[in-house]
Amino acid sequence: MGKVISNTQVSDQVYLMSVEGHAGGRTGQFYMLRAWGDYPILSRPISIFNISGDSIDFLYQVVGEGTELFARLRPGDPISLEGPFGNGFPDVYGRVALVGGGIGIAPLYYCAQQLPNADIYLGFSKEAYLLEPFNQVAGKLMTNVGGFIIDDIDFNQYDAILACGPHGMMKAIQRKQQQSQCTAEVYISLENRMACGIGACLVCSVSCHDGRKKACTDGPVFAAEEVLLHD
Amino acid sequence: MIDLTCHVAGVPFKNPIVMASGTFGFGREYGQRYDISSLGGISGKGLTLNPKAGNEGLRVYETPSGMLNSVGLENPGIPYFLEHECAYWETLDTVRIANLGGNCLDDYVQGALLIQADHDKRVALGQVVIDMIELNISCPNVKEGGIAYGVKTVAAQEVVRLVRQATSLPLTIKLSPNAEDLVGMAFMCEDEGADAISLINTISGMKIDVHRRSSVFRNLYAGLSGPAIKPIALRMVHQVAQHVKIPIMGLGGIVSATDIIEFIMAGASVVQVGTYNFMNLNGGQDLLEGLEQFMLDEKIQSLDEIRGIV
Ligand SMILES: Cc1cc2nc3c(=O)[nH]c(=O)nc-3n(C[C@H](O)[C@H](O)[C@H](O)COP(=O)(O)OP(=O)(O)OC[C@H]3O[C@@H](n4cnc5c(N)ncnc54)[C@H](O)[C@@H]3O)c2cc1C
Ligand SMILES: Cc1cc2nc3c(=O)[nH]c(=O)nc-3n(C[C@H](O)[C@H](O)[C@H](O)COP(=O)(O)O)c2cc1C
Ligand code: FES
Repeated sequence: MGKVISNTQVSDQVYLMSVEGHAGGRTGQFYMLRAWGDYPILSRPISIFNISGDSIDFLYQVVGEGTELFARLRPGDPISLEGPFGNGFPDVYGRVALVGGGIGIAPLYYCAQQLPNADIYLGFSKEAYLLEPFNQVAGKLMTNVGGFIIDDIDFNQYDAILACGPHGMMKAIQRKQQQSQCTAEVYISLENRMACGIGACLVCSVSCHDGRKKACTDGPVFAAEEVLLHD
Repeated sequence: MIDLTCHVAGVPFKNPIVMASGTFGFGREYGQRYDISSLGGISGKGLTLNPKAGNEGLRVYETPSGMLNSVGLENPGIPYFLEHECAYWETLDTVRIANLGGNCLDDYVQGALLIQADHDKRVALGQVVIDMIELNISCPNVKEGGIAYGVKTVAAQEVVRLVRQATSLPLTIKLSPNAEDLVGMAFMCEDEGADAISLINTISGMKIDVHRRSSVFRNLYAGLSGPAIKPIALRMVHQVAQHVKIPIMGLGGIVSATDIIEFIMAGASVVQVGTYNFMNLNGGQDLLEGLEQFMLDEKIQSLDEIRGIV
């Protein structure tokens, strides 16, 4: 159980919530959050945006019922958080690019703090936000509003690329990895619907070249060439 | 002192709380959170003879007070289970139920024979790892088998009969709420020598994406579970309990101690808890505490006092 410290709007439909009480976690891991009783039925997976001392921050976009309920939380309100879950981003070395699309930028901030010289590429559909904090932790910060940030990245410049964003963007990354025949290790974090979050129910199953994997425990981070992303 | 013990098919349960198939894996994940040996029992993820990849596309969709799932019996297959998961089950001090699914008659029978052979081998070594088989003839999410058997009594009869012949383990049949004649189906199970009935599995349902003008699920239909189905499940348990003598494991939408009591009052011997495990990862533990508290408050010494009272 956690307690909301602050919950502020940072852009149209995007909020940054700080919660007291958490069980730690590494970059790319997530928590299952719940701020209601029996309904909605399922808790919502949200990535670690930042951890400092005994508080944890989540950056989330209001898209439906659950996130709308999050947006109504006030300081002092209780919120249940289960986690940290998932494998998180692997340790990477050399020249690293962090690539985020839309709310997929959420897990990259914590990452950037631990990879201070990483180049950060952020793509937004309408307006950019949180550029200041990202700038402070970036080697180089590139943004793109309304276009395709992937087009701005030269995969061959990097030893590792860590990405999170909408399905279409993750597919574009897979495609670009193949086309550029780069030697960079490319990892993508997938947003799959989840129920248990701990690997027991198999609703989050992802098709991979060597069979089925669970997004909640084998992922959410996968090597880009490993997964079969459907249309 | 409150007595929570129950019996189903001669198998003793510490308490009436059993975790439902498909929502609890093989217990391992939840076992890292709390002592699952405190539970009455667990029913493992549905097993088929051969490994099954399950359904493609979206597998879960929330509905008012419920959820639709289209997992489609993804599982590693019985041989893998026996080789890799049984060692963990051996460490558990609770009733361990193997949930058996299939695509065709032969799958069910071969599966039951494998489990039985493994059981016999272990008994010779002084071990028991599977206490009961739950025959799932009611999965709405697999096209070929499952539900095809669960709707028509004659089709189900053959499966139940052959599986009964294949195993001496206590056998419970998990019935479908979509059965065309539920009471007839339950009578048939009793006649064919089933030891118990598990009721209900998910209810076949649907969700349409109005923008794409198609079902959100590749299989069109999916299985509805959660609080939304509780009134139906309760009615079905009550109805079947009026007619058959074999015990019933009642389930569908249980999220609280009073839900459990309702099922017991409707005639269930024990209950199973599914979707609630997603709503509260410590659900089993919390329900157990809640149930004890309720019985203390209401001065109920044993569930026998209220079983089938309605
Ligand atoms: C590992 C992981 C990390 C995530 N991290 C973040 C984050 O840091 N910030 C953020 O804003 N969002 C994140 N998401 C997406 C977020 O979980 C969904 O936006 C959110 O669940 C939507 O809930 P809702 O009730 O508002 O939407 P509704 O559409 O009302 O939700 C209905 C159901 O669909 C599920 N769902 C809907 N959209 C998504 C989605 N994109 N991904 C997964 N499930 C979805 C919900 O969980 C719920 O079960 C993450 C998803 C995953 C899998
Ligand atoms: C994700 C999921 C997977 C399931 N898999 C199985 C299964 O493999 N075998 C089975 O007999 N029932 C399966 N079920 C059905 C449940 O065991 C249970 O009958 C149903 O969910 C109703 O109970 P509930 O409302 O408490 O969830 C599954 C249910 C869910 C939600
Ligand atoms: S969400 Fe249950 S297995 Fe991944």
